[in-house]
Amino acid sequence: MNPIANLELETASHPEALTRTVIEPITRVEGHGKVTLLMDEQNHVKQARLHIVEFRGFEKFIQGRPYWEAPVMVQRLCGICPVSHHLAAAKAIDTFVGARQLTPTAEKLRRLMHCGQTLQSHALHFFHLASPDLLFGFGADVATRNIIGVIQAHPALAVQGVKLRKYGQEVIRVLAGKRVHGILAIPGGVNKTLSREDREYLLKDIDQMVTWSQDAVGIVGKLFTDNQTEFERFGSFRSNFLSLTTSKGDFELYDGGLRARDDKGQDIFDHVNYAHYLRYLHEEVKSWSYMKFPFIVSLGNDEGWYRVGPLARINNARFMGTPLAEEARKAFMAMGKGEPIHATLAYHWARMIEMLYAAEAIRDLLQDPDILGTDLMTQGERATEGVGVIEAPRGTLIHHYKIDEHDAIVKANLIVATTHNNTAMNAAVREVAAHYLDGKVLTEGLLNHIEVAIRAYDPCLSCATQALGRMPLHVELWDAEGQLVDRLVKGADGTLSDELG
Amino acid sequence: MTHTFFLDDQEIPFREGQSVLQAALSAGHYIPHLCWRPQLEPHSSCRLCTVIINGRPFSSCTQPAMKDQKVDCDTPELQALRKAVLQMIFVEGNHYCPSCEESGSCRLQAMAYHLGLQDNRFPQQFPIRERDNSHPDVNMDRDRCIRCETCVRASRDLDGKNVFGIHGRGIKSKLAVNAPSGLLKDTDVSAEDQAVALCPTGCLTVKRVGFKVPIGQRIYDKESISAMALKEFQAEEAAHG
Repeated sequence: MNPIANLELETASHPEALTRTVIEPITRVEGHGKVTLLMDEQNHVKQARLHIVEFRGFEKFIQGRPYWEAPVMVQRLCGICPVSHHLAAAKAIDTFVGARQLTPTAEKLRRLMHCGQTLQSHALHFFHLASPDLLFGFGADVATRNIIGVIQAHPALAVQGVKLRKYGQEVIRVLAGKRVHGILAIPGGVNKTLSREDREYLLKDIDQMVTWSQDAVGIVGKLFTDNQTEFERFGSFRSNFLSLTTSKGDFELYDGGLRARDDKGQDIFDHVNYAHYLRYLHEEVKSWSYMKFPFIVSLGNDEGWYRVGPLARINNARFMGTPLAEEARKAFMAMGKGEPIHATLAYHWARMIEMLYAAEAIRDLLQDPDILGTDLMTQGERATEGVGVIEAPRGTLIHHYKIDEHDAIVKANLIVATTHNNTAMNAAVREVAAHYLDGKVLTEGLLNHIEVAIRAYDPCLSCATQALGRMPLHVELWDAEGQLVDRLVKGADGTLSDELG
Repeated sequence: MTHTFFLDDQEIPFREGQSVLQAALSAGHYIPHLCWRPQLEPHSSCRLCTVIINGRPFSSCTQPAMKDQKVDCDTPELQALRKAVLQMIFVEGNHYCPSCEESGSCRLQAMAYHLGLQDNRFPQQFPIRERDNSHPDVNMDRDRCIRCETCVRASRDLDGKNVFGIHGRGIKSKLAVNAPSGLLKDTDVSAEDQAVALCPTGCLTVKRVGFKVPIGQRIYDKESISAMALKEFQAEEAAHG
């Protein structure tokens, strides 16, 4: 049982009588979002919401396009993790050409690129976006609580962050031709071999990357243990977790079955073929956000919400396939004493363990003889519907397409990691608002506590708003005395109704 | 007997019957062009190859080279005019290079790089154009058509099929196909046709081959459009004289 934390703070009963404070834009996250707080005269928080205010609509404008365009077009959703979208879409469209199993070389090249993506994205998030809060304090002076402050106070650490990210970007560039928005995956395989020279180039620095990643795990682990009480309490709540795992239940980023576990670590479902995700996951829409709220069907929308991303993946994994990351995972999980870790800030620790895994996995893949192979493509019996799921840096990423007999996409459904975490991020915002802000006069430092909670999830807000024309909206007209005069409601099917006549 | 003319003050030899553009390319001098192709009759529609001859503007692809004429080509004014023409071509279509399978091998895109195009300048028209996915092997994406009539000429003169034509006038003109249904699937076009191969943009493409050439190995990743044009012309001259 996981009732949504502080749900009473989602919607205040009399918003017209409350003072509104807006955090906009939320800084050091991807995309545009805002938080609204409604407080009464005694500064008690009555409503706290995370709103995603931008709108993208890729699900709509990919319709009519030939399917081989999908991995190239949809990666434009994001400049930070385009590789994740590229590969999730590619996995879906592999189905259209009947590529049930890629050649070993093609799969390993895709995995290598995905590890490069995970490494660079996690490095960016931890060092550039989150570390100012963790190193200087959540309420520290805003003039130093930023990446420039980190460079000045901790130059060696900052340089490591920049170089880790650069290395991940180089892995992507070597394979896809560009650091951002390159192309490697095509239906049924990849379009390029890895040359011996490029392999040697990447191998040259990989040991250093593994060492720095190990150091990063140590840094975040120490921050956590040094501030254990606050870090465990901050924006925390119990939840279910969703991720891919291997058939043995091990940690997996590129391919596997869906596993959902409850707050005590018991399976809700396991080894689910992700092509059947719609039987297990549904999405709810709410009038005040462009982002949908997914939930596990068997538990319903009140209790079926869950978290994805580094914390979910580490919580759900029986084992990690590289030795240093596995050692770090065991140390991390010991904190939970047999249960999953629920602390919101533990995401950072889990994220650095994953960065270490990615660095080790890159080293292993570069030394694998298959990686230099030339058998890149496969195909089989054509299909007209495909689902691709991958563990993007921020969590489980689902791409689902249908095509017609002329190879044109007729339907697309994208559920991105940030959407899975929508309920959780709102719960974290409410938890922080209730615990740290309630009854106080708001300051920039206090408001930053809200952003710290959101940043832990590393949300990619721009990726999360793709549906078009299905967004229910409420338009309300209030008079000067605070009386609701009229309310126009647009339903999920597009119908309009005037509720007050 | 070989005559000469002057292109930007350089003496250029030419053979009887050569256009200014052909003579220039023959001598290793590039004049920007889109609709002219060495395999096809000149069309003079894109106007990028405009030069000033004895003080007056001409399309160099159709203007015969003549003895002692003075041709200005690489002047700031003409480059600015070419840029404006190219900007108009861009805003009249829907050219989304980031997800186009022809990106890196597209003449329109390569010309934009060649001329240093960095903005639209003119209001984007966002025309509504129909895609035609109906053919089993060939895609027709009219959003990317620049109405250069390369396919029209190639289908008629090289493929001997006469599949394509331009319907309508002015800005509303669009690529049409020779079938009562108006659909590509009801024509005798095939993926091997020169009409498809010579399309300068991603309007006519062979299905299911997009993005197979990696970034770095596409046509204009390796050579500029000017170097490629000279090579193509020399190859055509070697083959057909």
